[in-house]
Amino acid sequence: MTDPVGPLDGLRIVELASEYGAFAGKLMADLGAEVIVVEPPLGHRSRLFGPFIDDRPGAERSLWWWFYNTGKLSVTLDLNAPEDIDRLRTLIASSDLVLEGEPPGRLEELALDYEDIASDHPELVWVSITPFGRKNPRSSEPMTDLTLQAGAGPAWSCGYDDHHLPPVRPGGNQGFHTACLWAVEGAMVALFAQRTLGFGQCVDVSMHAASNVTTEAATYEWLVAQATVERQTFRHAAIRETPPRMMRSADGGSVIGALPRHAREFQALHEWIIDLGISDQIDEFFFLAMGVERGGVQIPDIASDPEASAVYQAGADALRFVAEYLPAKEFFLQAQRRGIPAGVMYAPEEVMEDEHFIARGFPVELLHEDIGRSFTYPGAAFHAPASPWRVAGRAPNIGEHSEMVLHALDEGAE
Amino acid sequence: MRPGFFGTTTVSPLRSPKRLTQALSGIRICDFSGQLAGAGATRFLAAMGAEVIRVEDPVTQGYWDVLRGVSPFVDERRGADFGGPFNNHNVEKLGVTLNLRTETGKELLRELIAVSDVVTENFSAGVFARFGFPYEELQSIKRDIVYVSNSGFGHSGPYRDFKTWGPLAQACCGLAFSTGLVGQHPAGIGYSYMDHHGANMMTIAIMTGLLHRQRSGEGQWIDVSCTDAGALLNGPALLDYTVNGRPMRRGGSPDANRSQSPVMAPHGIYPSVGEDNWIAIACRDDRDWEALATCIDANWASDPKWRVLAGRIDAQNELDELVGNWTRRHDRFELATSLRDRGIPATAVQRPRERIDEDPTTSEWGLWPEVTHTKMGQVRVDGIPLHFSKTDWTIARGAPCLGEHNQEVFCGLLGHSEDELQSWQIDGAI
Repeated sequence: MTDPVGPLDGLRIVELASEYGAFAGKLMADLGAEVIVVEPPLGHRSRLFGPFIDDRPGAERSLWWWFYNTGKLSVTLDLNAPEDIDRLRTLIASSDLVLEGEPPGRLEELALDYEDIASDHPELVWVSITPFGRKNPRSSEPMTDLTLQAGAGPAWSCGYDDHHLPPVRPGGNQGFHTACLWAVEGAMVALFAQRTLGFGQCVDVSMHAASNVTTEAATYEWLVAQATVERQTFRHAAIRETPPRMMRSADGGSVIGALPRHAREFQALHEWIIDLGISDQIDEFFFLAMGVERGGVQIPDIASDPEASAVYQAGADALRFVAEYLPAKEFFLQAQRRGIPAGVMYAPEEVMEDEHFIARGFPVELLHEDIGRSFTYPGAAFHAPASPWRVAGRAPNIGEHSEMVLHALDEGAE
Repeated sequence: MRPGFFGTTTVSPLRSPKRLTQALSGIRICDFSGQLAGAGATRFLAAMGAEVIRVEDPVTQGYWDVLRGVSPFVDERRGADFGGPFNNHNVEKLGVTLNLRTETGKELLRELIAVSDVVTENFSAGVFARFGFPYEELQSIKRDIVYVSNSGFGHSGPYRDFKTWGPLAQACCGLAFSTGLVGQHPAGIGYSYMDHHGANMMTIAIMTGLLHRQRSGEGQWIDVSCTDAGALLNGPALLDYTVNGRPMRRGGSPDANRSQSPVMAPHGIYPSVGEDNWIAIACRDDRDWEALATCIDANWASDPKWRVLAGRIDAQNELDELVGNWTRRHDRFELATSLRDRGIPATAVQRPRERIDEDPTTSEWGLWPEVTHTKMGQVRVDGIPLHFSKTDWTIARGAPCLGEHNQEVFCGLLGHSEDELQSWQIDGAI
């Protein structure tokens, strides 16, 4: 029996290298497509984005490039040279899907825009990722992840209670990620429909629109009630102030937990505190037993019923005491095992060493045979046993596959 | 004879004929997914023409999905059919009720699964199996079913039974930590960002199942973990650790308004005229800085120490303060436009009103379609950030009221009689 292959296996994708669409190409390579990233002869500029391996800059050393280009092939073409423009046209004609993030007009000038190609290749799927849409002149304006998330909504909802501090953009190029996830969804739907309806089409992704519809309550509070949410430290932006959520732990870490409301939650917390032997250190410990006896507290009663309010507050205080008493991860594990929903605030790297993520196979080893080393990469977001997500290999060096790919094309043309 | 029970999916679709030409026409999803991380996935597929039948519990009035009754509301009416978030996340879906504690409820679900292509849910791990519908059972009902489960930690691994909700999982996957300012505790992301992408990843998982089935005729169980999905969104920072051994947790927090990958400076959100008004400015390279220095037109800006990136990084705090003292005298929209005209990335931090009602790039996109909800009336909702040149999306119908399409689905699709429907209502099976 052959190994299962990803859902896009057998499909060829031509990606015109861009900062905007790199993640989409990476995801589709992980899902089994042959993704050929087309770069200028000296390599795409994102190869110079840090950080770099061993902190030494170089076009083959960018960790940005490494992450966003796993599993792709690299072909270099000079789009100032007519023969290379022709080669790109042939390459596109040999593909099932084109992924690009070029400014409006640029591909038109080369007679390589969707409309130019589609007349001869109506089955082709074309995915365009641009700031405001492929035909909007504003898509030629400069945009970075910061300015994207500032204009499109995410930044407004993030930051601190102290509004003298600026809004904060979600860290880690999330505006670009959002557009790319949408692009992959669109690509897969268009590929599915291509086989059922018999024609391809163009999927136009607006990065600004994508982040605009990825802000949850900020948008629907306005759409439905014309209300404006305000940012708050470590909790959802809201139209009313909500109580602090995050708790500090004994080791300086941070945790978050569900405040007890149901009888069983008061019971679990009560038992936990007794098992820890710290019941005498908690003021009003007896309120927890009262929480069990009275069958928990109803949220609407907290404002009106002094007893409910006292019990609820005691539960919150006791949980905070336990959080401050234990190291962060211990709090998280012990709480969850006792049925109290809780979380630990991991730094990104801590995920890679957590037993759960390891057990699910999330960290994967990739061989960089060109430098004789292996590195751990983040892996699959889901398990699909019959058509698996698989990080196929390291990112390509500049033009590493030019000869192989273009030679096959030239042979095909003869 | 009930059509479809032992048959294939060739049961006629419920929607109007125009939908036959949509991208996902003919695909039926038996959908238990709710909240945002689940409902957000099938929402897009419904807009692309899939027939999404949302199945809810009549006993709890569908309140497993708390968003059914949560603000904002269009008026003073309250209850399971009036939650604004639920309407937003469930447009274009049909809604039925099934009490899976009853044999009739289970039997009807089997009939529905038998004519569905996909079953989706985002209960805590194991819950759907305990209802009596583990994957093996789904498969025995419909050989090639695509089953997609989505939960905080997935259905395998030591945390599989842990309970999660948005902010908690967002903390566990590393996303919350990366969002903050230097010298401050992490601020976290002020909305359920990971739920949005749990939903996006679930959509990709559903399409993975459908594309594989289209090619091979084979179904499967796809297990989505929201925390795996969230962890994937920190790529370069993860590699900086695994390759260079540099953790993000090191003496203070990362500053998300600065740019580490790629390295840029100045790069921040700066004050402008007015209360809580801000402008984002990013200099991608020395050329952008040179252009910005010309705009600033002050002696300090022409200091040669700022000319190359290394100098600007070395004294970043000083530079940010100087830039902020300059921007605070300007209107954020005017300044952003004039900087962009000079090729410098800059944008006002937009409030919801500004980006929704006053920003032509979103209205021209059709990003805020108005739907008709049976009880709430006309309501604007999130649109789709994609346009398809031949089979574009449609969002016109609001979310279903609880059990709104019981008759359409149980009688129209599954071929039962009105009498049966009535008796099930009396028995509490639906």
